Amino acid sequence: MILDELSASRTRRTLSAGTRALRALRLDGPLTGVLALILSIGVLVVYSASGQNVRMVERQIGNIVVAVTALVVLARFSTPQYLRLFAPLAYALGVLLLIVVDVTGHIGKGAQRWLDLGFMRFQPSEIMKLAVPMICAWYMHERPLPPTFKDLVVMAVFIAIPTALVVAQPDLGTALLIAASGLIVMLLAGLPVSIILLSIPVLVLGAWGGWHFVHAYQRERILTFLNPESDRLGAGYHIIQSQIAIGSGGVFGKGYMHGSQSQLDFLPESSTDFIFSVIGEEFGLLGQLLVLGLYAFVIGRSLYLAMQGQDTFARLTGGAIALSFFVYVFVNAGMVSGIVPVVGVPLPLVSYGGTSMVTILAGFGILMSLHSHRKLVGS
Amino acid sequence: MKPRSADHDARYGRYRWRSALVLALVVAGAALLAARAVELQLVDHRFLLKQGDERALRVITIPAHRGEILDRNGEPLAISTPVDSVWVNPQVVDRNLDELPRLARALKERGRVLARQITGHLDRQFLYVARHLPPDQSARVKALDIPGVYLMREYQRFYPAGEVTGHVVGFTTIDDRGQDGLELSYDPVLTGVDGAERVLQDMYGDYVQDVDNIRPPRPGRDLVTSIDLRIQYLAYRALKAAVQRYHAQAGSVTVIDCRTGEVLAMADQPSFNPNDRSQYQPNLYRNRAATDMFEPGSSMKPFIIAAALTSGEYRPGSIIDTSPGYLKVDDKVFRDEQDYGPINLSTLLAKSSNVGAAKVALSLPPELIWKTLTNLGFGQVTGSEFPGESSGMLTNYTQWRPIRIATLSHGYGISVTALQLAHAYATIGAFGLERPISFVRVHGPVPGVRVLRAGVARSLIGLMQEVVSAEGTAPAAAVVGYKVAGKTGTAWISDDGGYSTHQYRAVFAGLVPASDPRLATVVVIDKPSGPLYYGGEVAAPVFSSVMTGAMRLLDVPPDNLQAMPATTLVRLDEAP
Repeated sequence: MILDELSASRTRRTLSAGTRALRALRLDGPLTGVLALILSIGVLVVYSASGQNVRMVERQIGNIVVAVTALVVLARFSTPQYLRLFAPLAYALGVLLLIVVDVTGHIGKGAQRWLDLGFMRFQPSEIMKLAVPMICAWYMHERPLPPTFKDLVVMAVFIAIPTALVVAQPDLGTALLIAASGLIVMLLAGLPVSIILLSIPVLVLGAWGGWHFVHAYQRERILTFLNPESDRLGAGYHIIQSQIAIGSGGVFGKGYMHGSQSQLDFLPESSTDFIFSVIGEEFGLLGQLLVLGLYAFVIGRSLYLAMQGQDTFARLTGGAIALSFFVYVFVNAGMVSGIVPVVGVPLPLVSYGGTSMVTILAGFGILMSLHSHRKLVGS
Repeated sequence: MKPRSADHDARYGRYRWRSALVLALVVAGAALLAARAVELQLVDHRFLLKQGDERALRVITIPAHRGEILDRNGEPLAISTPVDSVWVNPQVVDRNLDELPRLARALKERGRVLARQITGHLDRQFLYVARHLPPDQSARVKALDIPGVYLMREYQRFYPAGEVTGHVVGFTTIDDRGQDGLELSYDPVLTGVDGAERVLQDMYGDYVQDVDNIRPPRPGRDLVTSIDLRIQYLAYRALKAAVQRYHAQAGSVTVIDCRTGEVLAMADQPSFNPNDRSQYQPNLYRNRAATDMFEPGSSMKPFIIAAALTSGEYRPGSIIDTSPGYLKVDDKVFRDEQDYGPINLSTLLAKSSNVGAAKVALSLPPELIWKTLTNLGFGQVTGSEFPGESSGMLTNYTQWRPIRIATLSHGYGISVTALQLAHAYATIGAFGLERPISFVRVHGPVPGVRVLRAGVARSLIGLMQEVVSAEGTAPAAAVVGYKVAGKTGTAWISDDGGYSTHQYRAVFAGLVPASDPRLATVVVIDKPSGPLYYGGEVAAPVFSSVMTGAMRLLDVPPDNLQAMPATTLVRLDEAP
């Protein structure tokens, strides 16, 4: 052993030290590596998109530090038992805070998404992105699969309460993501095909009915999505500028910090919701496909880890985290390239901003924890 | 672990199918995103790139430097200096109206006025708020850095000689285009071609950086005029003094070089300062020498004598009997100051005998008179292309009755401009060679067109010299050391269909030095209202003053040294 150690090259020593550190922290090597790569790309793009704003880059690195800490702590110290215990608590607390936010927002007469804790501002809807799939998984954990009709109804109620509260804020985008994360659990748990097929006409009717209940600005967004040219200077502006940014990038892009759309402020929200357009403009098709490829790897690896879960809670939670991540990427990338309506959803791990970053990396922390705390069969 | 069962296997199979479905959905989503990326960046790339360029790229014009106007010796008469103008995009400024008071203070304007100006033009994206600011003020505006407020480089015209050359040089519009005078007539020469440059602009239309130069600005060419600023100044000063002294309403001096047709000076009163046009008064801006038509009165008589000499019926020594001092033509009576009796042509001009001129004219074929006048340029524009130049008026001889010929002989019933009159005198001074008038410096000899026999012109110049003698009407026109040939004119001013009997126009037209004329000069004084109003009293001293200086400046050799009395040295000192 000693001889081995001595004869090992410095590289191998470093590598093995890294591997040991990852194992000690209960992190998944490939997933951690690619996540780190995406985060690094994100910082570089934020620097360009913000117009070389060093302070924004510093704050983004601060966000990353907080989020990575959340990931490491959850991966290292949480156990599946712990998480199962925690799920209903988190859900109950989240619902409570959402009610508080809605009430204060109603008093303040305007959209209210934040809860000011004095030292930081906090968005309770973000908790729900994790708490909703976890409570559904927690509920199904004790019950045989596939879920009975009663189980489905209970899960639907679990999903509907926070979704309704977030719609009331109003934050349609986040509400849809929360609902999606819960529905993913239902789908993975075994939502009967008949219900899936049945839900299609119900959704259509619901969309028709919902049309009359959503806010005017949301209705406008949907209309604008369907025909961006109808309102060039108003709501359609975002989509047009974004598509111009991406399309003008071509195959190889205009070069780092050389995108005219993003550098000259034509592209709105270029460092937050529309940062994917900046990647498209400055790094071109190749850059976009590379980033999408990295995301695909993260999703694939996450699904792989989730499938290795030993119990229902682990598999459903892991699967929901992986697929939610897919939904985030798809909704954001689809939005900026004009195949999904404009909803305020950031590009995960790249967009400037701390809240969603913490939620997402915490999710991956849970995923890694569930995977690394497997009991070996027979031991 | 639960025991495996058939049920479990069936379920397991179902879940496999389910995971495949989920995976398929994920792959389909990824494929959709990738396909869309390919569509935007490969298929629509060219269109979207163009769209992006249309937003970010802007072509701006780089104003071309307007050519300078120089006098014949290179003295600047009009130069362009770079200045800044302030313009705003009202739609952008409207978003930060609270910044306006600062802008107003920098522009020294009232804030409320500026705000109303901007909010009143919200449909526009370009609005000048201040033109041609001095450098320190434009620097202050730039330092404010208010979004939507921009500076633009422009050129402002500056006229170093100011009032002195105001009428002849003219001026430009605020947009640097010629508006009057030589600035207008030579606008195509002076105006350059603006350059164009492609620049990068941001969302707010603010300049970011240069991209490429489409074409550099081509500056306009300089114009070297025929004007001699020194003589122009003499003319301006003498004329202004005379207009003030004789309480005249207006006046002009035109000096033409007989040998080239160049206009060396053209001064008008009242004048204006082209550098300050805050008070626009059209009557001040009119170049009277080129645009005002008037009846020349007796200054016309030499041309009748020219026709008489051309006819061969008259010789310089021919005697005309002007007794009894008046002449009745039809039912109109023409009078002389007194009965001069039989006089020769020289005395006819010196005394300005109306009877004599009428008798000569009536004895000549009308066609000859008409042809002589037409050849000398009356009734047509001089071709100088000076803006607003009048052609004057000369009716065709076929309509002439004796009364018309008699009035024409002493300069009524014909309209001329001072420029035309000077041109005609210059033609006589060039011994019958007509040379086109030029406001541009002429290089080399100008051949000219013969319109009068050289002998006739030479005789006429000789006849005109007695005018400035002590016996003539204009001894005040004498130039020390030089012989002067000239003619006075004092004409009633016609207005509202009749002649005013108390308003006059005093004219003196002359050639110096008479033995080989160099300069043809016409002085016109309008409506002198003092006790003096004759051409010989009012216009002749201006002529003398300007020509005395001009002869010295042009280094013209004196041709009359013998007749230079000692007392004239004193008179020089007293000259205005």
